[in-house]
Amino acid sequence: MSEASRPAGTAPARAGELFLGFMQVGLSGFGGVLPFARRMLVEERRWLDEREFTEVLSLSQFLPGPNIVNVAVIVGNRFRGPFGSLAACLGLMLMPFLIVLALAALYNRFDSLAAVRGATAAVSSAATGLVIATGLKMARPLVGTGWQVVIALCGFVALAIARVPLLWALLVLAPLAVTIAWVIRDGARR
Amino acid sequence: MIPPVLIELAEQFGLLSFLAIGGVNALIPEIHRRVVDLEGWMTNAEFAQAFAISQASPGPNMLIVSVIGWKVFGFLGALVATLALCVPTSVLTFAIAHVWDRFRGAPLRAAIQRGLAPVTVGLVLASGYVLARAADDGWIAYGLTAATALLALNTRWHPLWFLAVAGALGALGIA
Repeated sequence: MSEASRPAGTAPARAGELFLGFMQVGLSGFGGVLPFARRMLVEERRWLDEREFTEVLSLSQFLPGPNIVNVAVIVGNRFRGPFGSLAACLGLMLMPFLIVLALAALYNRFDSLAAVRGATAAVSSAATGLVIATGLKMARPLVGTGWQVVIALCGFVALAIARVPLLWALLVLAPLAVTIAWVIRDGARR
Repeated sequence: MIPPVLIELAEQFGLLSFLAIGGVNALIPEIHRRVVDLEGWMTNAEFAQAFAISQASPGPNMLIVSVIGWKVFGFLGALVATLALCVPTSVLTFAIAHVWDRFRGAPLRAAIQRGLAPVTVGLVLASGYVLARAADDGWIAYGLTAATALLALNTRWHPLWFLAVAGALGALGIA
């Protein structure tokens, strides 16, 4: 599909469309569905253009809470108000929630089988590798900037090695990092 | 009478959600610290299983919280944990989305985003470390984690393939 400009009148007309659109997103991805949110919103249903999506995403990542839930809240509200937010969130969560509980129950029932235990252990090892790859991909754009590397290392050591409570780590690191970013930006402008 | 453990679940995950800057992947070390180290709701191995189940199911990666809730207090526990993680921050997002657009292009907004990016990276990598310690019980398991990370970094294969291949190897007793 091309990145053609969004034709007029493609906004979801009813909350039911938001529900279905986000249900499609929730069922598409494994271990995170943000890429599928972009595909649904920008390419398939064209409720947002590329720039609008990037802005919604950056706000969702900046605010606390699960990013994709925040995307659903903002997009739902933009088109259909509070009821739209509710419909989008329900659509996103309902099926994955039921499926994961069914899987957990199945696992509980059959975890005495060596094959099931082996498969689960191997899946969690591989899924761990995926998380590490995600972290390294996110780290790539930071590598050229010394202070960002130092902040990332501090975060890693604090949480992984020292097991500092996340609240304390964030209270120290977040203001520090934002202040550095602010000062450096100011210096560059002068 | 509401069972105390449900209130405990709501409290723990409701508070946690406000620390979830950079998504739920960044939250895993803190969830692990509370659920395994402090509350003793599950063992290291059960935490790794809950993570595997949540990854093997379609949907947002916050589903690990649903599995933990389920383990602690069945369906109601899952519902309470999931709602506690979603609802309070959704209300906040709803309120702030209206204000945020006014700050478009403001220098402070740019500084916040550039400052928080490396913090998030550190947290996600810490998640990988904590999960590896919980999930991997030998050199073969560490090797599988490392191989997946390297391949996922250098190819564009769909993540599901890695999980499917690993699941098959594990079921056959190879990994």
